[in-house]
Amino acid sequence: MKSSSLRRLAAFAAVSLVVAACGGGDDAADGGDVTCEAGVTDADTLNFYNWSEYIDPDLIAAFEEESGVDVVESFYESNEAMLAQIQAGVTYDLIVPSDYMVGIMIEEGLLMPIQKDAVPNISNLASEFASPAYDEGGEYSVAYQWGTTGLGVNLSIVGEDFAPSWSLIFDPELTAGYAGGVSVLDDPRETMGAALKYLGYSLNEASTDALQEAADLIAAAKDNIATFDSDQYDEALVTGEVAVSHGYSGNMLVAIWESDDPDNYAYVIPEEGGTLWVDNMTIPTDSEAPCTAHAFIDFLLDAENGAALTNWNYYASPNEAAEEFILPEILEDETIYPSDELRDRLEIIADTGDFEINFEDYFAQAKN
Amino acid sequence: MTVSAAIRPKSPIERLLASNSWLVFAFLYLPILLLIGFSFNENRNVGIWTGFSTRWYGEMFQNTEVMRALRNTLIVAVVSTVVSTILGTMAAIAMERFRFRGRGTLDGLLYLPIIIPDVTMAVMMLLFFAQAFDLIGGFFRLNFGLGTIALSHIAFNISFVAVVVRARLSRLDGALEEAAADLYADRWQAFRRVTLPLIMPGVAGGALLALTLSLDDVVVTSFVSGPGSTTLPVYVFGLVRRGVTPLINAVSTVMLVASMLLVGVSLLFQRGNRPPDQEE
Amino acid sequence: MASVGDGGGEGLSEAPTQRDRDALERSAERADSKRGLLVALPAYAYLALFFAIPFAIVFVYSFATRSRTGRTVLEDWNFDSYARLGDPIVREIALRSLTLAVITTVICLLASYPFAYYIATRRPAIRNLLLVLVMIPFWSNFLVRTYAWRVLLGNSGPISQISQFFGGEEVRVLFTNTAVLIGLVYGYLPFMVLPLYAALERMDWNLVEAARDLYASGWTAFRRITLPLSMPGVVAGSILVFIPSLGAYVTPALLGGARTTLLGDYIVGQFLSARNWPYGSALSVTVMVVMLIAAIAYFRAGAKTA
Repeated sequence: MKSSSLRRLAAFAAVSLVVAACGGGDDAADGGDVTCEAGVTDADTLNFYNWSEYIDPDLIAAFEEESGVDVVESFYESNEAMLAQIQAGVTYDLIVPSDYMVGIMIEEGLLMPIQKDAVPNISNLASEFASPAYDEGGEYSVAYQWGTTGLGVNLSIVGEDFAPSWSLIFDPELTAGYAGGVSVLDDPRETMGAALKYLGYSLNEASTDALQEAADLIAAAKDNIATFDSDQYDEALVTGEVAVSHGYSGNMLVAIWESDDPDNYAYVIPEEGGTLWVDNMTIPTDSEAPCTAHAFIDFLLDAENGAALTNWNYYASPNEAAEEFILPEILEDETIYPSDELRDRLEIIADTGDFEINFEDYFAQAKN
Repeated sequence: MTVSAAIRPKSPIERLLASNSWLVFAFLYLPILLLIGFSFNENRNVGIWTGFSTRWYGEMFQNTEVMRALRNTLIVAVVSTVVSTILGTMAAIAMERFRFRGRGTLDGLLYLPIIIPDVTMAVMMLLFFAQAFDLIGGFFRLNFGLGTIALSHIAFNISFVAVVVRARLSRLDGALEEAAADLYADRWQAFRRVTLPLIMPGVAGGALLALTLSLDDVVVTSFVSGPGSTTLPVYVFGLVRRGVTPLINAVSTVMLVASMLLVGVSLLFQRGNRPPDQEE
Repeated sequence: MASVGDGGGEGLSEAPTQRDRDALERSAERADSKRGLLVALPAYAYLALFFAIPFAIVFVYSFATRSRTGRTVLEDWNFDSYARLGDPIVREIALRSLTLAVITTVICLLASYPFAYYIATRRPAIRNLLLVLVMIPFWSNFLVRTYAWRVLLGNSGPISQISQFFGGEEVRVLFTNTAVLIGLVYGYLPFMVLPLYAALERMDWNLVEAARDLYASGWTAFRRITLPLSMPGVVAGSILVFIPSLGAYVTPALLGGARTTLLGDYIVGQFLSARNWPYGSALSVTVMVVMLIAAIAYFRAGAKTA
């Protein structure tokens, strides 16, 4: 390269460095000083950033009709992808991060406080969701849906008589006999977490020894793990591609109930315990339509609307008042609404701060 | 200048080559046929066939999300293809026909978008636009959206177009252009009347490549898109979570048929323009 | 205007001196250089702004630190991320990805060359049609195509059914390395076919005819003339296939079951799950530098044989 051109490139780099270093401060919370009233909207459009296939389009349409607001939906596949966009300054009005991500975003100052007066339906929330561990006092988030991570089982391959345990995917002696093998989530926290629970540790065990044990367990079980998959685990089960599938409750149950032979499959929560996760509605600080966002949250917290959510995506609703309208077969399903005794063994994933990168590292090692 | 000198017609080699080509075409189209076939599947589960139905085509036109994504995809694809083809062709001509200061740097710069991993490009464009909007966004009310997606697509497409056109240019010796110069054509005329037609296949090839890359891009697009600017591939990527329903097959089939029609029309158009017995 | 570069000065009415000739040539070169810069400027400026600067940002990030919450902090500049590149796991992942990319490229080349040769030796009208037919499948959505392969290769797919029909067992190609190779070769075939075709189509077949006239066999003519002359196409195609397959992760995940970690997936994991952008940036920069050097070397070597 010619030296003058090299100098030019170096100049670019230097400028970027300066610019990057200077531009680090967050914008002041734009909508933070606005007071919102119940049901009053402040914009024509609501930018709703949500997980794919998480809300009934009819429900969106109903809100649009009721409020006259145009809801523009965008979708993300992972909390981290959503975080990257928010940190880059892309403006959304309502986002739905998972539990641990709420904690992170609060710490980073990315979320606007929820004005409870503007959300009267918040009283519909079941009390245990009012002040979660990741958001003391429920200042910044309102629970949206919650669920569990468990195992979908093909009964004709595994048999009817099996112990609901993580051994169904981690015990090589068991899994060797399953035609097609098993499918495991491609998520470091979920899968390492499952291994940790199987070994008797906590999901959030911040110890490299424990992680090493978990990684070794997964590596030993790998021969019969057909795939690490966080997307098609439900389909892999009901098309008979794998015998046991590790995945999220709602997706798994929808796939099972809509399959040709629902009685052939079962979703179980392992007895050693597993993940309980909660997705939450939150408002980013630089939202330009905070009051509209509040109105939408209020709308979704309405008893009938909350029930409509669950009746569509088969995840559990945190909305106590909605239980009246939820389909009985969903309410009675212990895999959607686990018993208290099982609930005690479930944990919510929490961010482990500086230790966090170890989950990804040990997981990569296990898969290697 | 015939090519029958290379292989005798009807020789065993010729038959071998022909059958090999049929095999390759079969390989290329097998999944496509499956794709089209399953767009008529009654069952929402793509892997299991339960009956014939055209419901997904109906649903497709009523699904506002899909239609919006399709529209976004087409806008971005057309814009990025046109701009990157022009810029890429100019870069190729500059590299192959001129010597200028900074030529070496441009050479290296043109290689980079080809070798960069998708996710790296995605991340760096996200960071760049974040910084840029921080600095000047206030004045122009700029935000992430179709604009940032198109700008990012152009950034990598320029290189691909340039590579294809350069390959074409480098095989042309300058004799024809010199002849034009000897006939007192100026540089611009020589370019327009001689060079440009000669490199047209390369330009067209580059444009096709750019179009394909833009239509299919997922990673970069998903990072730099904004509210309401979801493109089709990103939308499909999201749906994969819930299992690809035949709806997406239907959309893909429609896009396929549309592009086939488009190309068919342009081929007919080309043939109309050119005298029938002139060789390429 | 005088033609450029090669011994100008012919055609002037008075006998020019050598100094006149040199001066003329130099000013022609300067004008040419200026014109060249002008022609190159739009692309140059665009790439400088929308590529070089963004890349510089990533480069800077590779020396930054990760905050407790996973944000990138532009302080405490360090080389830690680069130090991690020495880990054995990185070497294993790199080697695995490299092997996969090489095999994919070789298979693509072997499959594409006869194919491109066939197309290049048809009549002009048929040639265009065939090329378009090659491109058409790739105007469908990449994910849907890959998904179609998933169905094809699954244990209830056609391949399995055929094998069972012949009395064999249920065959599942899905989630094996073979499936990944099929997917990658399928995905990058046009990138090999097009440059090969371009090189072959532009060839001077008179040379081959001359060789045949001199009693060379078809095979010798191919080996001594066609193959070397098509080298630029081979080189270009190889690069265009090798590089993306090195960083591929969607196809290996969908068809191979993500049972092993590949380079692309590893890098994505750093930017997403681990939220460790400095390390992801260091990996990216290193991969790019290595590939740039390799590509330039390969390209130069290929150009020499042309």
